[in-house]
Amino acid sequence: MRIQYPENIKIIGVPCTGKVDVLHLLRAFEKGADGVYVVGCLEGDCRFNSGNLRARKRVEQAQHILESIGVGGERVQMYNLSSGEGPRFAEIAVEMTEKIRKMGPNPIKISKEKNGCMI
Amino acid sequence: MIVAKQKPIEEIIEGVRDYEKILIAGCNECVTVCEAGGKKEVGILASALRMYFMNQGKNMKIDEVTLERQCDHEYLEELRKIIDRYDVVISLACGAGVQFMAEKYFRTRVLPGVDTCFMGVTEERGVWSERCQGCGKCILGETAGICPISRCAKRILNGPCGGSTKGKCEIDKELDCAWQLIIDRLNELGRLDDYEKIIPIKDWSTERAGGPRRVVREDLRL
Ligand code: SF4
Ligand code: SF4
Repeated sequence: MRIQYPENIKIIGVPCTGKVDVLHLLRAFEKGADGVYVVGCLEGDCRFNSGNLRARKRVEQAQHILESIGVGGERVQMYNLSSGEGPRFAEIAVEMTEKIRKMGPNPIKISKEKNGCMI
Repeated sequence: MIVAKQKPIEEIIEGVRDYEKILIAGCNECVTVCEAGGKKEVGILASALRMYFMNQGKNMKIDEVTLERQCDHEYLEELRKIIDRYDVVISLACGAGVQFMAEKYFRTRVLPGVDTCFMGVTEERGVWSERCQGCGKCILGETAGICPISRCAKRILNGPCGGSTKGKCEIDKELDCAWQLIIDRLNELGRLDDYEKIIPIKDWSTERAGGPRRVVREDLRL
């Protein structure tokens, strides 16, 4: 099955979404990402029982932090789908891209460019 | 362990706004276990502050360090060589750690990054609750291993009070009545007769009411 999804999305593979930490999500924004989303297995289907549930909690924590510091909590999202749902994967990619486009670029990136700050 | 919770990021931002060089110092012990001030939380706070100030167009130097403990000289000494490079330290240790750091590095401003709450246990992931108030004279042997000082809202030594309803405390329907727990456990232990024994008035001078406390062990002192 060849499915198209927006080319602006960079995929980082992890063995289980339970590996994704709040810091990973924040660092992505620090480095200039406009949005980040975590795609985990369906809830109840985690091979390690609670990996995807932990990931959701961490996404929520990251949302809270990003909101508090003025970057925008909506820029980070969690999705769940099964490995057989290729078309849904592409749909989510489009949905997320549109959502982030509406929000505009990551303000950190703009500020970094303007001030010539280095991280 | 000592249980603490993270301060809201807004409060931390306000505290450091006027500085340029910040050190965030975590602690590898209690606050790591209750996920408030360990290496991970140091990293998250540092990242959040960097982004916040970057967004404000302010280039801050924000460094991270996590000590084995902040309540012991030997580990705090590790900062001696670097502390002068910073305008302010945000310590994510408990109040004891923050104070020991401030005592040691007298000229450096030290701010607390967590709210220290109590001595307690991890009930389940994400839930901690109080178990001990360090009263200085433990009576757990008489109360079936359940502490009425920390777990009874009125600190009653011969309970329960009249507010105990269906095993719950009158201050909160979710809260177990400590004296109900004590009676239930005495029963389990086959020691219900102990309940008849009146616990005498407690000497509160060993508790905080007696002023700041110290433990001195001459057999250990050098
Ligand atoms: S400084 Fe506080 S949190 Fe760290 S080990 Fe000592 S008592 Fe525990
Ligand atoms: S009786 Fe005192 S020392 Fe013992 S657990 Fe309760 S508060 Fe702590």
